[in-house]
Amino acid sequence: MAAILHIRDLTKQFGGLTAVDAVSFDVPEGGIVGLIGPNGAGKTTIFNLITGVYKPTSGSIEFRDRSIVGLEPFRIADMGITRTFQNIRLFKNLSVFDNVLTACHLSANYSFAEAILRLPRFRTQEKRLMAKAEELLDIMGLLGYKDLIANNLPYGLQRRLEIVRALALNPSLLLLDEPAAGMNPDETEQLMRLIVRIRDDFKLSVLVIEHHMDLIMGVCEHIIVLNFGEKIAEGSAEEVSRHPQVIEAYLGTREEATDA
Amino acid sequence: MDWTYIQGILMLAGINMIAVLGLSLLTGFTGLFSFGHAGFMAIGAYVGAWISASPASTPAGLGLPFVLAIVAGGAAAGLVSYFIGRISLNLKGDYFCIATLGFGEAIRLIFNNVNRFGGARGWPGVPSKSSFLAILIADIVAVVFLANLVKSRHGRNMIAVREEELAAQIAGIDVFRYKMISLIISAVYAGVAGVFFAHYMTFIQPKMFSLTKSTELTIIVIFGGLGSISGSVLGAILLTALPEILRAFEMWRLVFYGAAVILIMVSRPKGLMGGMELTPSGIRKVAAERNALREAKAKLLAEGSGEEED
Ligand SMILES: Nc1ncnc2c1ncn2[C@@H]1O[C@H](COP(=O)(O)OP(=O)(O)OP(=O)(O)O)[C@@H](O)[C@H]1O
Ligand SMILES: [Mg+2]
Repeated sequence: MAAILHIRDLTKQFGGLTAVDAVSFDVPEGGIVGLIGPNGAGKTTIFNLITGVYKPTSGSIEFRDRSIVGLEPFRIADMGITRTFQNIRLFKNLSVFDNVLTACHLSANYSFAEAILRLPRFRTQEKRLMAKAEELLDIMGLLGYKDLIANNLPYGLQRRLEIVRALALNPSLLLLDEPAAGMNPDETEQLMRLIVRIRDDFKLSVLVIEHHMDLIMGVCEHIIVLNFGEKIAEGSAEEVSRHPQVIEAYLGTREEATDA
Repeated sequence: MDWTYIQGILMLAGINMIAVLGLSLLTGFTGLFSFGHAGFMAIGAYVGAWISASPASTPAGLGLPFVLAIVAGGAAAGLVSYFIGRISLNLKGDYFCIATLGFGEAIRLIFNNVNRFGGARGWPGVPSKSSFLAILIADIVAVVFLANLVKSRHGRNMIAVREEELAAQIAGIDVFRYKMISLIISAVYAGVAGVFFAHYMTFIQPKMFSLTKSTELTIIVIFGGLGSISGSVLGAILLTALPEILRAFEMWRLVFYGAAVILIMVSRPKGLMGGMELTPSGIRKVAAERNALREAKAKLLAEGSGEEED
């Protein structure tokens, strides 16, 4: 399988702190890849680098064989990479429907003048956007909450709405930053099935950060382990969980253990 | 109170309304605060006066039709706003606000010192062209354009910028571009309002476009409720009329005005309309939102009690 995302020697420094240190990995087309590591390992920073929120200190990021380093976040989104946030960032005061409808904007191209004068192209395209938003909400089981203000949505469903909003952009690579945070085992189980389903139905590649090991072990075909900004291991769930450095990173080194 | 008096107040309110509607797009829908929109009104007023004033008057104008004055006044304000936006919209929100404040004061000082336009003494020979009907038509056009805009993908993108800038970026929205367009449209509205203002007063002076005026516009937008066109319309009418009506009680005028604003903001922190629109679809929307909240709560309660039974 060809790689849709190709990362080489990616480094990000914040002042003296190296948050991401010469990390390289690929996300295969259609794959579900897990990114794990202890708190502060640099996982979210990698997402911020891929989506253009931060500029890398050095290294390359290629999406479909094109460098995306230095592009603005909205252009990267336009090319087909989108994400959810660790600390949910919905359009809080808008309804569930409007959250998704807004994100559907890339599927329309009517101009300002056409909108202000409500010309036919505006009307037909708006109808299409509304139908699309409705359909997405339906597929993802949120249609019943359509008119609810996003902020009033239960926490787990807010995370799901963020995924729906991301899907509205027709992405080909979806980055999920701790999608199961704050979910009970039941909801996590549901989410796992959902991730696999959207990968299949929407023909996506997925890169997911998670602390819930059940989720990572359950859905990821390939796992990358970070510690202090460095990639310390990668491979299948089994390979990674047997890797001595990974065990060390999660349980602390022997010396540390005896110190404590 | 005779009709001419009331009509005069309504005309002034109608002129303010144009500027307030523009600012409503920028502040209420895009989330950018400005304390310099009187500067854009000043540009509109002076350019408009220059286009339509008679060549025989001092300062001399071009003696062209009023319609051209409106177009030129709006366009000039829009053009200047483009340059302001280029240098200040990249700055974080609060700095943009300060930049607009500086701009507003700078424009006033410039007109104070340009003798060609009458300097600080003002421009007395502006023809009286702002009729009640013309203002009414301008208000209707301003409301319809704005209402159509905010209900389009372009308007939704602006609202997304207001709600959560980073999420808007990640959703493929060119945040800078939408801020810029919002600023330009709001400046054009303010410029057009300035043209009407000049041709209503028939005399303009730089000090009419002071920081106080900019602040007044922003207060009206907040008073009416951020993100509500109906709120801006009502706010413009109430807050322009109120000080005028209270003029009879000169001494207490500003006290009442201030008290009225504080009363609304305390009793309705989200402004008079609180983001809601006074239209059939706007009311339906609010009803649907309330309904959805009730249903969601009921569902959660049912689930909660279901778990207890388990
Ligand atoms: N904007 C920033 N400025 C300075 N330091 C930063 C910035 N963003 C992240 N860091 C630092 O970089 C390191 C990696 O942070 P990051 O958020 O990527 O960790 P993470 O792996 O996502 O952790 P968590 O599991 O807690 O979310 C941390 O030490 C963090 O403090
Ligand atoms: Mg993180």
